[in-house]
Parts: sequence; structure tokens; C-alpha cells
Amino acid sequence: KVVSYYGLRSPPYESNALEPFMSKRTLEVHWGAHHRGYLDALNKQLENDDILYGCTLDQLIRVTYNNGNPLPEFNNAAQLWNHDFFWESMQPGGGGTPTDFLLEKMEKDFGSFSDFKQGFKEAAMTSFGAVWVWLVLKREKKCLEIVTTSNAINPLVWNDFPLMGLDMWEHAYYLDYKNDKGRYVSAFMDHLVSWNAAAARLARAQAFVNLGEPKIPVA
Amino acid sequence: STRSFQCRRSRKRDLKKGVIKASVELKPPPYALDALEPVMSRETFEYHWGKHHRAYVDNLNKQIAGTELDTKTLEEIILLTYNKGDFLPPFNNAAQAWNHEFFWESLKPGGGGQPSGELSRLIDRDFGSFEAFINKFKTAAATQFGCGWAWLVYKANRLDVGNAVNPRPSQDDKKLLVVKSPNAINPLIWDYSPLLTIDVWEHAYYLDYENRRADYISTFVEKLVCWEAVSARLDAAKAKAAEREAREEEARNGESDEQSGSEKNMQLYFD
Repeated sequence: KVVSYYGLRSPPYESNALEPFMSKRTLEVHWGAHHRGYLDALNKQLENDDILYGCTLDQLIRVTYNNGNPLPEFNNAAQLWNHDFFWESMQPGGGGTPTDFLLEKMEKDFGSFSDFKQGFKEAAMTSFGAVWVWLVLKREKKCLEIVTTSNAINPLVWNDFPLMGLDMWEHAYYLDYKNDKGRYVSAFMDHLVSWNAAAARLARAQAFVNLGEPKIPVA
Repeated sequence: STRSFQCRRSRKRDLKKGVIKASVELKPPPYALDALEPVMSRETFEYHWGKHHRAYVDNLNKQIAGTELDTKTLEEIILLTYNKGDFLPPFNNAAQAWNHEFFWESLKPGGGGQPSGELSRLIDRDFGSFEAFINKFKTAAATQFGCGWAWLVYKANRLDVGNAVNPRPSQDDKKLLVVKSPNAINPLIWDYSPLLTIDVWEHAYYLDYENRRADYISTFVEKLVCWEAVSARLDAAKAKAAEREAREEEARNGESDEQSGSEKNMQLYFD
């Protein structure tokens, strides 16, 4: 008898589609073993639980985060979500520059796209341990920010809107780049990141956050 | 062969200025880089020791050059920069440099088997049996989420309150524990004496085992652990605990001996 509360979504491309920047083997192990492992562990934990039932994954993450004192299910739930988000943050033939509103917002909040790129790479390179690096739209401040979170934490727990995420756990890059984090981050930014996905997420976030400029009439 | 762990520092005395400049060294593991094949490959060592460990040492030396940390031992640097949890920048590099040196010395070609002597007796006393200890150790290593380390430590159980004295101290107060720590943290900051460690950062096993951390841990226990090193460290830890107790005893007696002390001094001048 198989009991499953959440499912495993496959990345929106073939496992060899991101070659040579992310090898087929990495996709197979990262998605097939790590990501699937988090799902299986979460389903097993939820089998024994009467209370955490019927949540969407986002809700489950916020509930199990428990305001900073996470329940045991948090790590698995958050990592499950993080990896789904990560696969969708990449595309074959990605990289390049964002366009339209996302680019405008980026220039407003970071100065220029290359400033943002620089800041993102720096955040990824100076991180220690197992971290994720995110481009986030902050709900209250209504601005874009680069956020680094450790282990399984993601910006949902602070009610913000992640637009794009990079997995800096060693399992994400060790098979392809070994210890060379810099090349991995550059490959991600230059060839993998899906600005289409980020723009779509920004558009969706605008249903919750008003990014318009107030039209103050001049007397 | 075993070596007792010492903090290795090279001191270059700049004779003109009379300044001692110390730097932390990158020592090679006490065996060839391919000696632990096939359970830990030469390629893993080339990256793990040759790149990761080397980077920690180099970056640490850059960070402490010209500061007051320059003259301290590696263990002192770790304790100072831990800063009660609010790490100063050199902490991660210093702790990782120490951790990795400790890790290489915990392994040996043809390792595994069982401990003996005093170590075996204490394991049986504190965990019930060797199997129970191994299970606890493996579980700690497997459940350390993210990056980290699992340890066997010797805890000299002392109350850290200034005026509290254990009225009936005994050797049985001191015990072995299994602990796990995240990222760079190691049990020195908790005032434990580490005896054995396993590196469960993914870079330690990814090239040889990919995601199969459990296989890596089992292989570590069955084929890599150097129990002689662990026993040697246990002896050193016990000696250190005994010495510390003797010093504290002396300090306490010294306070109550002030009056008779001056008489002793006078007696020195008489033949």
C-alpha cells in the first residue's frame, strides 16, 4: 500500500537538456535521488501525523517553519519545494538578460543588471555551508533583493516572493565542477537561469504586491 | 602508526624586528593520497585535501596576518573567534582547518575493526556495547542536515559555576558522548575533547558515493577508522582532564594557604 501526500514533479526539460552546464548525471542524481529522497521522507513523516493534513506545500512550509523553531517535517517540505522551484528557474538556452518590467525593476533596485549579476555572484561565492541564493521581491518593501538562506530555509517563510533560486548545496555542482563554485555560478547566470520564469513569477506576485508608482498630481 | 594530535605551527622569527610571525601549515595526511583506495579515492583526496583543506588554511593565514591572532595556536584562534556564537570572520576557516587535520588522522589504510583497552571499556560502559555506540554514531552522521560533522568526544563533566565544587568527584563523572555539529563547528567550543570525527559535508563523499551518505558512513566505520589514534587521543584527553583538576585543586588550596605561605617563603632563606 503506497500512501503519498505530495508528488514529485519532473523538471520541464529532459535530463540531458542542460548539458554541458549541468550534466545528465547531475540531473539524475540531484532530481532522482536527492529531490525524490526529500519527497519520500516527507510522505513517510506525514503518514504518522494527524494534524499536518490537507495543506498545500506552501502552507505546509509556513506551518512547519513554526516561526523559527522548525518541526521535523520542515526540512523535507522546504527542500521539496526548493528543488521544484530550482528546476523551473532554469531552462536550456537560458541566461542572457531579462526584459520588460523585470529589467526595469532590476535597474530601479540594483542600478543595473550587471550590478545585480555581480551582487548575486558575490552572495553565492561568499556563502559558507549549504545555502540557497534567491532573487526575491520583498512584500513590505516592494523591492527586489538578493537573499541567502541556509540549509532548507526559503523566502516563503518571511512571506516574500522568490523569483529565481540557485542551489549552492555541494550536491548541486560537485559532480560537474567539483570545488569550483565560481564556474558553476557563472554557468548558471550566463547559460541556465530562466528569466521567462522569473518574469512570470514577478507578474504573479503583482497580484499581491502593488508595484505601481503613485500618480501624485502636480498643483 | 599513530600520532598524538598536536597543533602544528611554524614560527618564523624575523630577527631584525624581533617579531614572531606564525602561520598555520597544511600538513599532508599520514598516508599517501591513494592509500585509502577504493573506499576513498585519490581523486577525492586531491580535491578534499588539495583544494578544500588547502583553501581553508590559505584563507585563514590571509585573515590573521598582522593581527593579534597571528601569535596564537590554532585551537586558541578557534575559541577566540567563536565569540560565543557570533563568529568573527576567521572562525569558519580556522575551525575547518582544524577539523580536516583531525579527520585525516582519524583514518588509516586497512582501518576499521574494533577498539581495545581503555577505549573499549569506556565505550561499553557509556553506550552499552560497541554496536550500540556505532549505531548512535552512524545515526548522528546520517541525520546531520546540510553540512557538518559527527563526533565521538570525551566529556570531563565539570560544573562551570565559580563556587560549585563536586564533593565526591570520581572518574565515572567523565564520559564518552556522540555529538553532531553543523558547518564548521567542533566540540572544542563546548569544552569537550574530540576523539573521532567523520566529515559529512557533501564534498567528502560525493565523488565516491554521490548521494549515498549511508554507504559512506558504513564504509568509514568498517574500513577506515583508526582506533589507535582514537585511543591515543583518549589518553591525552584523560591526562589533560587530570592535569586541569590538579591545577584547580591547587588554586583552591592556594587561596586558603596564604598565611602559611609566607612562613614557607621565610624558611627558604635559612640553611
